[in-house]
Amino acid sequence: MIRVSGVDKSFGDKAVLKGIDASFDAGQVNFMIGRSGSGKSVLTKCIVGLLEVDAGTVQYAGEDFTTLSSKEREEIRLQIGMLFQGGALFDSMTVLENVVFPLRMFHSMDAEEREERAMECLKRVELEGAEHRYPAEVSGGMQKRVALARAIVGRPRYLFCDEPNSGLDPQTAIVIDNLIRDLTQEYKTTTVVISHDMNSVIEIGDNIHFLHEGTVAWRGDRKGILDSGVKELDTFVYASDLMRSIKGKLQGR
Amino acid sequence: MGLLFHIGRYFAFMASALRRPQKGRVFAQATIIELEAIGVQSLGIVALLSLFMGAVIAIQTAHQVGGWVPAYTIGFTVRQTMILEFAPTIIPVILSGKVGSNIASQIGTMQVTEQIDALEVMGVRSISYLVLPKLLAALVIFPFLVVIAMVLGIGAGAWICDAADLSSFADYEYGIQMDFKAFDVTYALIKTCVFALIITSVSAYHGYHTSGGAKEVGRSSTKAVVYSVVIVMVANLVITQLLLT
Repeated sequence: MIRVSGVDKSFGDKAVLKGIDASFDAGQVNFMIGRSGSGKSVLTKCIVGLLEVDAGTVQYAGEDFTTLSSKEREEIRLQIGMLFQGGALFDSMTVLENVVFPLRMFHSMDAEEREERAMECLKRVELEGAEHRYPAEVSGGMQKRVALARAIVGRPRYLFCDEPNSGLDPQTAIVIDNLIRDLTQEYKTTTVVISHDMNSVIEIGDNIHFLHEGTVAWRGDRKGILDSGVKELDTFVYASDLMRSIKGKLQGR
Repeated sequence: MGLLFHIGRYFAFMASALRRPQKGRVFAQATIIELEAIGVQSLGIVALLSLFMGAVIAIQTAHQVGGWVPAYTIGFTVRQTMILEFAPTIIPVILSGKVGSNIASQIGTMQVTEQIDALEVMGVRSISYLVLPKLLAALVIFPFLVVIAMVLGIGAGAWICDAADLSSFADYEYGIQMDFKAFDVTYALIKTCVFALIITSVSAYHGYHTSGGAKEVGRSSTKAVVYSVVIVMVANLVITQLLLT
C-alpha cells in the first residue's frame, strides 16, 4: 500500500500540488485522473522519488520514502516497476535486452533464467518474435507493450503506469488494460495508473482519485464516478458526446 | 544561472559519477563499448589529421627558416610541435567536437525521452551508470590516440621532407633525436589525461542537465563542445606553467 499525506510541491511561485492526501491499495488498480496540468504526473514523480516533495510524506508499506537515504530508497525502487508515457525504452538495446536489463542489474539469475523470464513477459504482452528488434523498429503500441514487459519483469510490488493507452488503438488498449488488471490481481501489486482514458477507468478502475488544480477533488470507485455530484469531475467524465450518450447505460451497470 | 551554481553542480555531478558501480560486469561491458566508441571510432580522424599536420609543419618550417638554419631544424620543429602541442592539445580539442558532442547528445536524448528517469526508478544510479564507463574509457584511450598522433605526425614530416626534397632523411632523423627530453612526452600524456577527463565529464554534465526537446539537445551538444574547449585551453595554460617552468 502507498499512502500520500499532505504533499505540497511548487515550481517557483506556482504551487502544483496543494496538500495532497491519497492512498493506493495493494491488489487494486488505482487510477489518478484529471485534466492536463492538474498535477497527476508531478504527484507520480514525487511518489517514485524523481521529484522531492516540499512538504508531506509518501509511505510505502508504512515506510516514509521522503526521509530515506538514497541507499534505502534504492531498496524500495527495486520493488517498483514503471511504464512511462513515451515508453522510455533504451534505444541502443534490443527489445529483449530492454526487458532483461532490470534483471541483469539487480537479480542474481544466470543468463538463461533471465532470458526465460523476459520471454515469458514478452509473451504476456503478445510480443514474441519481436525480441531481437530495436525500439525504433517497432510501432508505438509495441514500444508501450515492451515497456510494460520491462516494468513487470522484476515482479514489482508497486506498478506505475503513466498513460498506458495513449497512442494505442482501442483493441490494443483493451489488451493492455486487461493485462494491468490481471497482473495486479495475480501478484497483489499496488498499481497506480495515470490516465485520461475514461474507457480504462470504467473497465478496470478499482480506486479512483480525481485531481483538480493540485488537490484531490474526489475519491471513489468506478460506480461512484458516474454520479459524483462534483461539478469538475462531471465535466471531465462527460466531456465527450459519447460519454454523455451512454451516461444512463453506464449508471445502470 | 551563475557560474558558481554550475561549478557546484558539476562537482556534485562528478561525486555521483565516481561512485562505485552497482554491477561490475555491466560496468565492464559498458566500458568496452565506450572504448570502441571513443577510441576505435576516432582512430581514422586522428590518423588523418596527424598525417596532414605533420607534413604541413615540415613544409612550413622549411619555408620559414630554410637556408639560414640547419636542415635538421625541420625534424626538430615537427617533433616538438607534435609532442608538446598538436597531439596532446589539438587532438583532444578536435575529439571534443566528435566525442564530446556525441556524449552530450546521447545523454541529453536519454534525458528528454525519460530513459534516465526509467533508470532512476529501477534503482540504477544513472549518473554513475552512464558517465563512469565513458570517463574510464577516455582516460585509457586518449593517451593511445595521442601517441599514435605523435608517431604519425613525425612520420608524415619525414615523408614530405623526402618527397618534396626539403631535407635529407638523415638530417630529419638527427633533428627528431636532437636534445630529446623524455619528460616532454610525460608532460604531454599528463595533459592528455586531464583533457580526457574534462571533455567527457563536461559533455556528460551538459547532456545530463538537458531539459526540453530536440532543440535543447542540440544546444547542450554545442555547449558541451564550447565549454570543453575553453576549459581545456585554460587547463593547458595552467598545466604548462606548472610542469614546464
